[in-house]
Amino acid sequence: MNFRHIALPAAALLISGAAQAVEFKHVDAAKSSLAFSSKQMGVPVPGSFKKFSTQISFDPAKPTAASTVLEIDLASIDAGSKDANDEVVGKQWFNVKAFPTAKFVSSGVKALGGNRFEAIGKMTIKGQTRDIVAPFTFKQDGANGVFDGGFVLKRMDYNIGEGPWADVSAVANEIEIKFHVVAAPAAAAKK
Amino acid sequence: MSPSNQRYTGPAISAHWIIALLIIVAWPLGVYMHDLPLSPDKLKLYSYHKWIGITVLLLFVPRILWRITHRPPAALPMPAWQHKIAEGTHHLLYLLMFLVPLSGWLMSSAKGFQTVYFGVLPLPDLLAKNPDLGDLLKEVHEALNWALFILVGLHVAGALKHHVIDRDSTLRRMLPFAK
Repeated sequence: MNFRHIALPAAALLISGAAQAVEFKHVDAAKSSLAFSSKQMGVPVPGSFKKFSTQISFDPAKPTAASTVLEIDLASIDAGSKDANDEVVGKQWFNVKAFPTAKFVSSGVKALGGNRFEAIGKMTIKGQTRDIVAPFTFKQDGANGVFDGGFVLKRMDYNIGEGPWADVSAVANEIEIKFHVVAAPAAAAKK
Repeated sequence: MSPSNQRYTGPAISAHWIIALLIIVAWPLGVYMHDLPLSPDKLKLYSYHKWIGITVLLLFVPRILWRITHRPPAALPMPAWQHKIAEGTHHLLYLLMFLVPLSGWLMSSAKGFQTVYFGVLPLPDLLAKNPDLGDLLKEVHEALNWALFILVGLHVAGALKHHVIDRDSTLRRMLPFAK
């Protein structure tokens, strides 16, 4: 028996052992994005948040132990046009002077089978906290973990758009949120 | 039938007045809405304006096909230069019936707002989002609308001149329900 016959399986074992223990923790902000789509008079209008921070701790082998905290700088919104950007930071919408950030804190992650998962947690925007369930997929891209998911947020749950803007026939109540998060594994395999 | 009694065909008369009415609503609406501060009403008015414009564009197709395949009644006696102006105005009005809504649609696409007909039928964006191009197309849309304003004015003045001063049947033969 020569050396290669032992070394290769041993190396494979090491790699697979390491992969199981990989925890994705370091979010790459430049590669991650947070987008949304509102409907104005039936017209889908895309938008995004340029600044947000995400803390993630996710081991695909142990999803139930996963956790995430997402904090969004609401003033960094691009709502599709200059007029809209000026409007949505105002009192009737996000009121960013009083409530500069939105925050999502997960309370658990459920495995749905395959590469599909579901993050459950609480979203706080403009002083209102609501339960959110966000399905997402996880895949590995090289060393990085890539999370893609989305959910529908009802803006009136958070009083986003008060006064005349409460008219959901002009701007629909349902806002589609889409996130794409790229995270690098923790430097050293744990456990 | 003498030329003076000849009327436009029913479809020609219908298309003329329906499109005239749509333009008379959409034009001042466009002038009014664009300076409004952003509000749900503004979003609604913009949508109504776009739906009317698309309707004009849709009606333009059968109208121009009908016009090409059906000769309108011959012009009533008038000086040649007046006839030329009338014909030229008609041709330019047809052109603008197409270009004004088209420029609005293009501008909307370039500004990043898809046009969704009656809020249910999404029309393809003919241009990708490009705010600078959107601003340019806004100028184009405005300029074309001022041209339309002047030509409609000329058209109406001509029709009234024939009706009131010449007392001929130029206007009457385009009127619905007239005999």
